[in-house]
Amino acid sequence: MRRWLYLLPVAVFALMAAGFYIGLSRDPEVLPSPLIDEPAPQFDLPPLPGSNKGLSTADLKGGVSLVNVFASWCVPCREEHKALSAFAALKRVPVYGIDYKDKPKAAADWLTELGNPYTQIGADDGQVGIAWGVYGVPETFLVDGAGRIRYKHVGPLSQADIDKTILPLIARFGQ
Amino acid sequence: MIDEIGHFALVLALCIAAVQIVVPLYGAWRGDSALIALARPAAVAQFVFIATAFLSLMHAYAVSDFSLLNVAANSSVAKPLLYKITGVWSNHEGSMLLWVFMLALFGAGVALFGGNLPPELRARVLSVQAMIGAGFLIYILFASNPFLRLDPVPADGNGLNPILEDRGLAFHPPCLYAGYVGFSISFCFAIAALIEGRVDPAWARWVRPWTLAAWCALTIGIAMGSWWSYYTLGWGGWWYWDPVENASFMPWIIGTALLHSAIVVEKRDTLKAWTILLAILTFSLSLIGTFLVRSGVLTSVHAFASDPLRGVFILALLGIATGGALLLFAIRAPTLQGGGLFAPISREGGLLLNNLLLSTAAATVLIGTLYPLFLDVVAHQKVSVGPPFFNMTFIPIMVPLLIAMAVGPLLSWKRGDLFAALQRLKLAFAIAAGAAVMVLMLMGASSLGAACGLALAAWILAAVIVEWAERIHLFAEPLGQSLRRALRLPRATWGMTLAHAGMAVVVAGITGSSAWSVEKIANVRPGEAVELAGYRIALDEISQVRGPDYVATRADLRLLKGDKVIAAMHPEKRFFPLEKGGQTDVAIRTNLLADVYAVIGDPDGKGGYTLRLYYNPLVPWIWLGAAVMAFGGLVSLSDRRHRVGAPRRAQRDAAVPAPAE
Repeated sequence: MRRWLYLLPVAVFALMAAGFYIGLSRDPEVLPSPLIDEPAPQFDLPPLPGSNKGLSTADLKGGVSLVNVFASWCVPCREEHKALSAFAALKRVPVYGIDYKDKPKAAADWLTELGNPYTQIGADDGQVGIAWGVYGVPETFLVDGAGRIRYKHVGPLSQADIDKTILPLIARFGQ
Repeated sequence: MIDEIGHFALVLALCIAAVQIVVPLYGAWRGDSALIALARPAAVAQFVFIATAFLSLMHAYAVSDFSLLNVAANSSVAKPLLYKITGVWSNHEGSMLLWVFMLALFGAGVALFGGNLPPELRARVLSVQAMIGAGFLIYILFASNPFLRLDPVPADGNGLNPILEDRGLAFHPPCLYAGYVGFSISFCFAIAALIEGRVDPAWARWVRPWTLAAWCALTIGIAMGSWWSYYTLGWGGWWYWDPVENASFMPWIIGTALLHSAIVVEKRDTLKAWTILLAILTFSLSLIGTFLVRSGVLTSVHAFASDPLRGVFILALLGIATGGALLLFAIRAPTLQGGGLFAPISREGGLLLNNLLLSTAAATVLIGTLYPLFLDVVAHQKVSVGPPFFNMTFIPIMVPLLIAMAVGPLLSWKRGDLFAALQRLKLAFAIAAGAAVMVLMLMGASSLGAACGLALAAWILAAVIVEWAERIHLFAEPLGQSLRRALRLPRATWGMTLAHAGMAVVVAGITGSSAWSVEKIANVRPGEAVELAGYRIALDEISQVRGPDYVATRADLRLLKGDKVIAAMHPEKRFFPLEKGGQTDVAIRTNLLADVYAVIGDPDGKGGYTLRLYYNPLVPWIWLGAAVMAFGGLVSLSDRRHRVGAPRRAQRDAAVPAPAE
């Protein structure tokens, strides 16, 4: 019995080392969203100037969609704009925009300059962003036909993210 | 050319380490004195080669040799020479080289100053040490080589992270590493003892100076690190329970336990397996710390580059060293027989209580540090464990430890009399109670926590003085007689007295800073003034100044008490164009009882500037106390019994293992 006690330290250490090993493959910077697999928050946002349709929870029902949180002041948004536009041009699913903590005029000018990939855009003063758990722009959510959030991407979307992650997820939840 | 010599020296050091692993170990097993004798020159040669490599890298930094990728990535021509040199270890590759340099330094120390060790033990210790060294040398050469070349050679380097360009940082990693790595010697002694299957008082006495030296270095290193974060991060705090801080603190806690349990082995020939385990754990925690910091499995305010491959490599080293050591422990430790029996209330019992509380404290810190990682592994959840967790768990463990710390030294070995010891502490108790009452009367009932903290500090300090006074028969004999006794006290006793007194000072400092710190954030225009804890701080002027490799916004502040100017303070907000990074330069005015701490923030665009001001009472005592503790350790290290005579091992009975008393 006493002998087993001496094995305790090495056993504890083995468990710890296994945890370290698995932990190494995890990126501590990636934060999962507690909203995954939950219904998207209730919201109803006004449109940007020059448009008459805003964005609300009801728009997200009826088919898979992509919800992209952006802002004209956000530099990485400019970076992801090209890949997002190319994706929107595929017309696989609608791309909805939430213009986060932005001046509506600035956002409209930004879209005029770069092109508008969004089906509908809602202008958010920050409240809705909080409900979606946004802590940095850009963030992109995949919402299924029932209005549930299925995936969250933090940071700018690249073509590789779209090809390797977004498109397979659309195929999966599109059934 | 010099870079090639350095690189080559590192390869040679690895070859020597390979020889140092195999030959002495085999020699000790076969009893071949010629092979055993190889350990010492090998350890010295290994040091010479690693020092050559280290100095070549330092030379490359000093002359800004940007043909080395490492130098180009972490230095620049405009750096002041001091920061070019300290740049050597403020990056991953260089700091790993510093790590093995320290390791080789301690190895050479055992080879040169371990003359009184039995040759077999010394051979085994140095062989185990070479195993650790070889592991890290392979790691450096294959996964973090600082001698890799860059072609074409850039005209200037990328510079150093501005936060690291600081005098405190210049010397804090070497101290910290000396501590971490110094504990490798205790580890090697433990492994050698397990291989031999023998732990006795002589063994404990041989390990003690190395453990003490490492402990002193780590104490200084942690204190400097804390001081550095106090005056560079600009938030007025001195300890954040950050994973990197915890990584250095855990080996310190267990190392402290080891220092105390080794006393029991030395004096009473018992608690052997436990002491061996502590020696293994102390160094293992240093390795785990290195792993946590270097692999990037945890996020931390300390911005180190992380790389998963490196993480796997260090994890493998950790697995071999710690896993192997603990396995050897599981096999061999049950055969280590304890000697003297003791009653629960005795000096041994007190030291055991110290050990249990310190180990629990270290386990708490470990759990708090690793919990986010393991929760992510097991449940895919992200959490962060903050200071409230540590304060709520660590402090309740430390309080009984600190209370008991005053009593322990008054108990006698084998069987102590708690009542008699407490009788002798009546005066100390009265002083502690007096301190509490005084604090409550001066500061009001809201300072109850602070009153308890300061009472605790007074209790420890008074008990330390009572114990010391009794030893020298103060006031019981003529003063001259007492002084003569004081001079004749063993240095180790002086060491304990000083270290415990230092701890009391630290407790007071922590209490004062956490109970009475005042923070004030104000938008101030030149010509205006701010009130802070009885002082007035006037902003006279804001100017733009230019340093060697930065430009800065500088505030000219006057610190006033009434109408009297006490000091001029000049906080700066620096911008480093090359690194495109900013850094605040805090202005601190201390009178050793309290700090006034000023940080200049951003302009509001209308002529005003944000000033963050702190009044931090007793904060300087934290570092003052730590310095006293480290000094106590050094005094104890100079005890003559570490140098002469005593460490002579009892003749070994051929057939019977060391019998119990």
